[in-house]
Amino acid sequence: MAATHIDDKIRRSDALSKARGEAKYVSDYFFEGMLHAQMLRSTEARADIVSINLPVLPDGYYFISAKDIPEQGVNSLHMIGDDWRCFADGDVRYVGETIGLFVGPSPAVVKSLVDNTRVEYRPKESCITIDDAIAVKGGSLLDGKDDDIMCQLYCEKGHDMEEVFKDADMVLTETFETGFQEHVHLETNGAIVTEEGDSYVIYISCQCPFYVRKSVAALLALPLEKVIIRQTTTGGAFGGKEHFPDVLAGPLLVAESRIHKPIKMIFDREEDMEFSVKRHPSKITYKSAIKDGKLIGTLGDIYYNCGAYLSASFVVLQRGVFHANGVYDIPNTRLNGYGMATNTFPSDAFRGFGAPQTLFAIEMHMTHIARKLGIDPADFKKSMFLKKGGETVTNGHVVEEVMLNEMFDNIAKESDYYRKSREFGYGTGRGIGVSFYNHGGAFTGNGEQAIIKAHARLKKTGNKVTIETGSTEMGQGFQTILRKIAASTLAIPMEDVDYPNPDTSVVPDSGPTAASRSTMIVGRIIERCAQEMKQRWGEGDFSVEKEYEHPDGFPWDQSTFRGDAYLGYGWGAAIVEVEIDKRTNEVQVKGIWTSHEIGKAIDELIVHGQINGGVIQSLGYASMEKMENRNGRFKQTSMSDYVIPTSMDFPAQYYHIQENPYPYGPYGAKGMGELVFNGADAAYCDALERAIGKDIFKIPLPPEDIEEALRNA
Amino acid sequence: MLDNKISFTLNGKMVEFIGDPLRRLIDTLREDFNLIGVKEGCGEGECGACSVIKDGKLVTSCIIPMGAVNGADIWTIEGIRETELGKIIIEAFADGGAVQCGFCIPGMVLASYVLLKDKENPSELEIREAISGNICRCTGYDLIVESIRLADERRRNA
Repeated sequence: MAATHIDDKIRRSDALSKARGEAKYVSDYFFEGMLHAQMLRSTEARADIVSINLPVLPDGYYFISAKDIPEQGVNSLHMIGDDWRCFADGDVRYVGETIGLFVGPSPAVVKSLVDNTRVEYRPKESCITIDDAIAVKGGSLLDGKDDDIMCQLYCEKGHDMEEVFKDADMVLTETFETGFQEHVHLETNGAIVTEEGDSYVIYISCQCPFYVRKSVAALLALPLEKVIIRQTTTGGAFGGKEHFPDVLAGPLLVAESRIHKPIKMIFDREEDMEFSVKRHPSKITYKSAIKDGKLIGTLGDIYYNCGAYLSASFVVLQRGVFHANGVYDIPNTRLNGYGMATNTFPSDAFRGFGAPQTLFAIEMHMTHIARKLGIDPADFKKSMFLKKGGETVTNGHVVEEVMLNEMFDNIAKESDYYRKSREFGYGTGRGIGVSFYNHGGAFTGNGEQAIIKAHARLKKTGNKVTIETGSTEMGQGFQTILRKIAASTLAIPMEDVDYPNPDTSVVPDSGPTAASRSTMIVGRIIERCAQEMKQRWGEGDFSVEKEYEHPDGFPWDQSTFRGDAYLGYGWGAAIVEVEIDKRTNEVQVKGIWTSHEIGKAIDELIVHGQINGGVIQSLGYASMEKMENRNGRFKQTSMSDYVIPTSMDFPAQYYHIQENPYPYGPYGAKGMGELVFNGADAAYCDALERAIGKDIFKIPLPPEDIEEALRNA
Repeated sequence: MLDNKISFTLNGKMVEFIGDPLRRLIDTLREDFNLIGVKEGCGEGECGACSVIKDGKLVTSCIIPMGAVNGADIWTIEGIRETELGKIIIEAFADGGAVQCGFCIPGMVLASYVLLKDKENPSELEIREAISGNICRCTGYDLIVESIRLADERRRNA
């Protein structure tokens, strides 16, 4: 077999086993004597628990709750904070909060035990929306505080905004809102816990096996290595399996410590929709100063609905604020970010991680300013692009050559943008829209260096090499990408490189599989391991393990949020064309054109698939994926209520990949998995508002909401 | 409840099921026959992950009770992957980049099989219609559509 070259067209290493139906997802594992578990959940958004009245438990059935956590353990799932409890104890703070776990041999009997348990509550006034939280409805949800601000930060650059507004020819204030979004990974959440020797073993569908381990070990006051996490083939995640698997693993581990038999818990779709994390809803106000046809300053107030517990919200909010001026060089700015505590299911990671909300808002705002100035939105936006060396909102700098002009030229030509923009005009039922966006690669600031300190390892056995890392395959193609990087660096065939799903007792902690960091950070570590292994190839069997090395020249102060928030950005441009049926408000997308700059595509086919999928998720977010929360309860709880795109909803996409090798990534690659989600929504809304002749301030916009937008305008 | 005896053909072999006629076909296939390629995505017939071929038509096995299977001819991915056309489709999916997380893919392969067994050179619209009951959250569908086209091409040139 020939050595694999980085530009070879290859097959994904997991494609055949998945297409043949042989790949084993967590629900496909069966153990001898395995029991089944189901959660008893809160039905109240905010209440004290008065009593829990259990039905009679048949022999072999168990109820596990906070009282089963041993004295030296803590009732908390350690994520970034420690506030999310494994089991509610004394009170509940959101609908769906875990109160206990029923466990037993028959899933049907377990379900009937859940159904026949009566929890008596003393309800309190709940706080559901961002506006509720600003008004501190029902009193603060946060210990020792008199407001509901769970986390906050600000960024500023340039002059004082009061002065900037005085200097302006025009001031425009607009407020934008975005909704919840549900991940709908086709595989629901699930886990199995069992014992091996004196260790606990958790088989789980997840992005971050080491997060799960860190989160649950303290429940039983165990040393980390006594809990082994084995990631099972993961059927999609999109951020929904970043921290959320901890919420399944915790109660299962406590149950195992009492029961000592294999226990399986697989959510059905309704559970997985109604009782799982979502994308943060947002409310974002920009007040902008415009002078001589330029945007000279923005004052932004950015509110994210974080739900009842912190989970990753502060980091999500930071990313939202850091992306709030989009791809534009706005000389003066003040951006205030507020993460609001409410009694909704905690919001958490979702592809884009806080950036899509502010990027949507700034893009629509820029579009509206352009229209007021009588300039084509594309031309106005182009006149404001950040450039290499330009100052970011955190007083950092742009590392790479910004190629948005070249990228836009490519898709403008392909889509015939300018002709259509002129001809369709405004309010004619047809529209073409444009958006520009970016995404900072890897962890914010110096997180990679200060917090994560990722390790990865290559192990050589004969002529075969095994990749040992904690990074996971969840559909994005990472097991193939990493094999390709290792094989082409070692100049061996890809088939000689193995990369099993991680087991925390075997592999080093490579940090979470999140933040578009895997190729850029872990890929680079593996490239370095392979470079050394190649030099020493003749030495027989050995391993090479390396730690992440931070490039010089990226200062960051985490206490003030100043400096280089990211080590590099991916960049994107999107054009969407629509036509609307004015009687029914049904929108037909006629064309989708995107260009993305991701450094280098390690594998073009995989990147192509990521682009297509990310763009369609973003269009779903803008156009149809409506998730409402009424009194703390999600209204859409099935795939028939919460509609995501089918093969019929959007046409085939034109895509372009802009090469611009990045000096600190493997073969010049940067992050890309989230970037491709970050902008098609705004291009769609630009096109839609041109078609209907009314400004848009809110997504999602299914046809009934378009009607409302038309009436209110 | 009386247990019923239900006989049907499964991947070309006669089999029997004795039990609750209301038991879902998906549970019988996964738990009694260990056919784990049949995936449960939604449990309400909306997503297509549990698709099987029943009497030549694509159906969602999560909403079919065993009582409706008596005398039927059922094919799952485990049977289709051994057929000539099934192999061509699976190879094309692998070459064409159709597979990401993979959870919807066995159902997609079956939907493609049902389309291609009766139809040569389908249009893009016909392909999109054929997989419209199968939800994929990863790919945005383009590369699945392309892969089905590739399978058709290879089959015609074979």
